[in-house]
Amino acid sequence: MDWTPVWLSLKLSAITTLILLVTGVPLAWWLSRKNSVPRLLLEALITMPLVLPPSVLGFYLLLAFSPQNAFGKWLHEKLDLHFVFSFGGLILASIIYSLPFMVSPVKSAFVHLPPSMAEASYTMGKSVRETLWKVLLPAIRPAILTAVVLTFAHTLGEFGVVLMIGGSIPGVTKVASIAIYDSVESMNYAHANNYSLVLFAITFVIVTAVFIINRKPAKSPLG
Amino acid sequence: MIEVAIKKSLNRYDGPGFLEVNHSFTDHRVTALSGPSGVGKTTFLRILAGLATPDEGTVRVQGATWLDTRASLSLSPQQRRTGFVFQDYALFQTMNVTKHLEYAGADGPYLEQLLSIGKMEAFRKHLPRQLSGGQQQRLAILRALALKPRLLLMDEPFSAMDNKLKMSLMADLKKLITDRKITCLIATHYPFETEGFADELFELT
Repeated sequence: MDWTPVWLSLKLSAITTLILLVTGVPLAWWLSRKNSVPRLLLEALITMPLVLPPSVLGFYLLLAFSPQNAFGKWLHEKLDLHFVFSFGGLILASIIYSLPFMVSPVKSAFVHLPPSMAEASYTMGKSVRETLWKVLLPAIRPAILTAVVLTFAHTLGEFGVVLMIGGSIPGVTKVASIAIYDSVESMNYAHANNYSLVLFAITFVIVTAVFIINRKPAKSPLG
Repeated sequence: MIEVAIKKSLNRYDGPGFLEVNHSFTDHRVTALSGPSGVGKTTFLRILAGLATPDEGTVRVQGATWLDTRASLSLSPQQRRTGFVFQDYALFQTMNVTKHLEYAGADGPYLEQLLSIGKMEAFRKHLPRQLSGGQQQRLAILRALALKPRLLLMDEPFSAMDNKLKMSLMADLKKLITDRKITCLIATHYPFETEGFADELFELT
């Protein structure tokens, strides 16, 4: 069995999760604050990949980043960026596709924190940033962990978007889920089974670990 | 002196209403704020702390203007640094008792004194979820005092304590508040609860 597709899947999931952790958590905090029309519109856009067929998202990303179209051509010529049939394109597509898996659980956790928790910190002279870092983020640690795992596992299992934007280039864009599809296409069920078992095992271990770590989540002081 | 002249519209359970306060609270005294549910006791404390803004008015604390809606002036909660005891305690779920006090203040001997006043020495390493309701409430009071505030605002601060503990805590708190020259406002449903602790009573109507 060629382990390259598995390695590529893990690499793609790790990079995507890391980028979404750094960008998605502040975004979730911003979205959890007082409702406004721009916030609602942005949240709707972020949630779209949950309900949109992956092929639709992949198709539009393919069109957007194709060097034959204006934006893709501009990226190619001005910034020397190639997102179609490249690993970079897979990362970008995965970030967009997995964004709701990071943002939604974290936003929900922020919303359910009592507002008085942050206010107590403010009355003690602490800034918004210090309050976020020392009070709010530790309080929602279980939700962040859940979001990280969901994002990682979801990226690991991506197929439609990855196939549309990346194709199946061995060593570059042929991740495990694509390798399974290719193996089935060529009637090599043994290979497909090997890849499937590996993905199943990795996902099961990760999800079980989260259940174990989160079995005693921090409760509300009044809970 | 804490001079307050504010007006704020409220959404009460029985319809729209107004909170209107024109009063000067004496420095270094404990004033109990009483009034029926929904009259705006909590809102009033929040306005003083900078956590809510009135429709119009001014708040002056010992000569300094904290709020003047006409001049569009309002100090942030961080600038006001009031000690605030929230009705829901607002404890930090992942901080133990010691960390709570250290988050508010860094004066070690004073924090020890507070732990002693609150009878919390044995619970230093306990997280809020490991404390009883009364212990959580005491921690919320001690944390507000750890800040060494000039103005202490307490919203129903003794509601979860048994009578014996409450009397003991009130006596120690009263001494601390007097010694440190803290001005204290307590919102309470039951003014008799603060008898012997509050020096004055102010009725919100």
